[in-house]
Amino acid sequence: MQVSYYPGCTLEGTAVDYAASIAAVAPLLEVELIELEDWNCCGASAAHSINHTLALELPVRNVLIAWEAGRDLVVPCALCFNRLKVAEKALAGPEGRKWGPPPPRPLKIWDLLDYFSQPALLQTLKDKVVRPLTGLRAVCYYGCLAARPPKVTDKEDYEDPQNMEAILQVLGAEPVDWSFKTDCCGAGLTVARPDLIEALVQRLYDRALAAEAECFVVSCQMCQANLDLPQRRIAKKTGRPYYLPVLYFTELMGLALGHPDVSNWLGKHLTDPRPLLQSKNLL
Amino acid sequence: METSHTEIGGEALKPGFALAARLREAHLAVDACYQCKKCSSGCPLTFAMDLLPDQVIRLALLGQEDLVLRATTPWVCSSCETCTTRCPNGIDIAGVMDWLKEEALRRGYAVPQEQVSRFHQSFLEAVRLGGGRLSEPLLLGLYSIKSGKTLEKLKSGELKEEILLGWELARRGRLRLRPPKRLKGAPEIARMFQAAQERP
Repeated sequence: MQVSYYPGCTLEGTAVDYAASIAAVAPLLEVELIELEDWNCCGASAAHSINHTLALELPVRNVLIAWEAGRDLVVPCALCFNRLKVAEKALAGPEGRKWGPPPPRPLKIWDLLDYFSQPALLQTLKDKVVRPLTGLRAVCYYGCLAARPPKVTDKEDYEDPQNMEAILQVLGAEPVDWSFKTDCCGAGLTVARPDLIEALVQRLYDRALAAEAECFVVSCQMCQANLDLPQRRIAKKTGRPYYLPVLYFTELMGLALGHPDVSNWLGKHLTDPRPLLQSKNLL
Repeated sequence: METSHTEIGGEALKPGFALAARLREAHLAVDACYQCKKCSSGCPLTFAMDLLPDQVIRLALLGQEDLVLRATTPWVCSSCETCTTRCPNGIDIAGVMDWLKEEALRRGYAVPQEQVSRFHQSFLEAVRLGGGRLSEPLLLGLYSIKSGKTLEKLKSGELKEEILLGWELARRGRLRLRPPKRLKGAPEIARMFQAAQERP
């Protein structure tokens, strides 16, 4: 199956681990990700916060390139996904014609988690699991922008999504139910107002522990960084010895499918997941 | 003609319709708000706000431009879109927050959260300088220079922590100093930035 792929800027930088795990598991699911030619930054929070022109122009260019390529587009970053969907809606709206005619065949913009949790791919995944993740208790954390607002994302399960849990079940792990899976971690403010995100993130740690989870599983690299990077700092400040590794769902797919590079990806996290996985005999 | 308005508080209490009209033009109509406060109830950042999201909408509807353009609230909004998602009247509250930030900057209001506006400006500057893609080290560099709080951060130990974090990321291959790939579309993107700067 061939699809266009928009990695986004952070997957070339701080989220190289996410990028590597995606590149590794896609072929195992018989998915060929074809990087969108000459893609540019989606403008992210900065553009939509202070420059509504760039907030449309930047992602529109990417959607036009995807139309030209003629394949569905898969996006791993929740923020990029959201901005590309906004651009898609703008192109379909009354002002859309200023960017040119609509595509001959409308294509779908997917967020990676939705794409990988299609029933056919879940079946392929199930058939290929060689190392079930037995006994790993995890909370699935979806964050905000892959789901909200549904008018933009076209999602139905925006308050209580279930597809990450579905993947974890196929992998043999134990997804734990909790009420905070779509609560905001404040990633957009992490550089400018670290004090604010500490409050949001600490609440997520506490709620995950209250649900007796041992780790977070995420599909957004902003959430990953925001839960992973300040963990030691927050532990030090609060005097609570938090140890909650933050794993990408694609890393766990790689682990259950027996990919040889898993340790390498996990070694890039600040809160090292390897001791947890070793204690479960999974690594 | 000034009559009873003066007696009960003058200009400030006169209803103004210009702001609501401009929001309507920007496809961000707030007129349908009936103050259910669902936006504020679901907002994760109210603890850091001076006005609750429902108050921002109400004040916008009343034409209280100064109050909403000076507020901290839009700047600490994390754009998580919970309010927009849950509004029973389809008001794009997070969109209004964005509009207020941009309008406050455009009209030269003193931004109550300069760190946040500097971060956004540094981000766009980094994308422009990078020719269309973001280099994270460039963003962090520009932001540090613009925020000018180096001495303060040095004293508080914050700078040491930031440098240590940078080192932790760099040694894991997560902060790479090379510039982003040169895009074929770089001239087109440069024109976008140019046009966006020149608009009124």
